[in-house]
Parts: sequence; C-alpha cells; structure tokens
Amino acid sequence: MRSALTDGPIDSAALVAEVAHTANGATLLFIGTVRNVNDNRAVTGIEYSAYRPMAEREMADIIREASEQFGTDDIVVVHRLGELAIGDASVAIAVAHARRGAAYDASRYVIEQLKRRVPIWKLELYVDGTREWVGAAGQKVAEPVR
Amino acid sequence: MTVTVLLFASYADTLGTNQLELDLTSGSTVSDVLGRIRDMPGADRLPPEPLVAVNERYAQRGQVLASGDEVAIIPPVAGG
Repeated sequence: MRSALTDGPIDSAALVAEVAHTANGATLLFIGTVRNVNDNRAVTGIEYSAYRPMAEREMADIIREASEQFGTDDIVVVHRLGELAIGDASVAIAVAHARRGAAYDASRYVIEQLKRRVPIWKLELYVDGTREWVGAAGQKVAEPVR
Repeated sequence: MTVTVLLFASYADTLGTNQLELDLTSGSTVSDVLGRIRDMPGADRLPPEPLVAVNERYAQRGQVLASGDEVAIIPPVAGG
C-alpha cells in the first residue's frame, strides 16, 4: 500500500507494476484527468493545492480502510498538485486483487472517499483568462476581486 | 493560550491571509475560533458552518483546544 502527493507527472504504468503480483487475477488502473470543459466553460488548466500533511494522512487512512474492507494490500494512490494542463493526470489509483469484483469495489471506494475527505482544492483556469475555485459537487466559489 | 489558524484556497483569498495566530482564553473551542474569524473583514463570504480540522483531523464545533493547536478552516474539497 502506498499513497502520495506529487508535484510532477504521474507515471501510471509504474503504479500498475507496483501492485501487480502473480496471486492477483485482476489489476485495475483509474486515472483522473483534466478535461477541457466544465459547466460549459472552456478550461485551459487546473491549479491543484492541498493542506499537505492532512491530505497525506487522509489518503493513508483511505487506502488502509480499503485494504481492510476489500481484502488486498495491493493499492496505490497518487494525487498531483500544481498547475496541470488539459489531459494531464491529476490522480491515479492502481488496485490489484485475486478477484475482479473486489478490485473494482476497492478502486471505487478510494476515489469516492478521496473526493469527499482529502483536503485538496482546484482553481480552474479559463480560456478568457479568468479563474475560479471549484467547490464540492462542482459548485463554484466565487474568487474575490483583488 | 495561542493557536495557529490555517486558511486555504478560496478562504485564504477571501480573508487575505493563509495563516494567523489567535490568543484565546483557556478552555476555548473550535466555535470560539470561528467566532473570531467571523470578525475579520471578508468573513461574511464564508459559509455559516465551514469544515474545521484540528491538528490534521476533522473536528467538531465543541472540541476544546490546547495551546499550540493547529486549526484549519477547510473549504469544500475538490480533489480528483
């Protein structure tokens, strides 16, 4: 098991290699990427920031919970911070398990809990040069005028 | 006693700082910190019940603080 924040690109193939074992019949890789449109606005990128020590602690808790609930230690999650461009991977989760059902459940658990609990924020950068903080469930939090 | 308050993302922009020290009377709670934050310019744009963490753990309003605690006001999280 491993969870981490990173300031550089995520090497998803390395994450797959990290969890792959001959006892595992299923290996899953989830990659979250920056998309080009959100709420009908053209996006050029996203700047991710975090409360780093708490984010690391929450991510470690989440994969420990997933391991206990779904019965595999072969779970790795990495979230990237900083300014990302369209198509860049912001998060990657690799899970391997003897059986595919539990692998899917564990992968889903990790991403859903991450989105709910881990203190990471995104500032969306738009084609027109404006930027806005994105809140929970896509709700916008207006950035104050400086 | 003194606690450190951390502000992030939209809340840091709204209040114009990402960290401050607060002097509190002994026995003060998370609610007391939020009360003090509400006196700051711009605080009217914070939600009525923001998430709070004490020493990197999500905390309830009534949690009693100790000197040196780190109190983080957490905007809606948006990872992934």
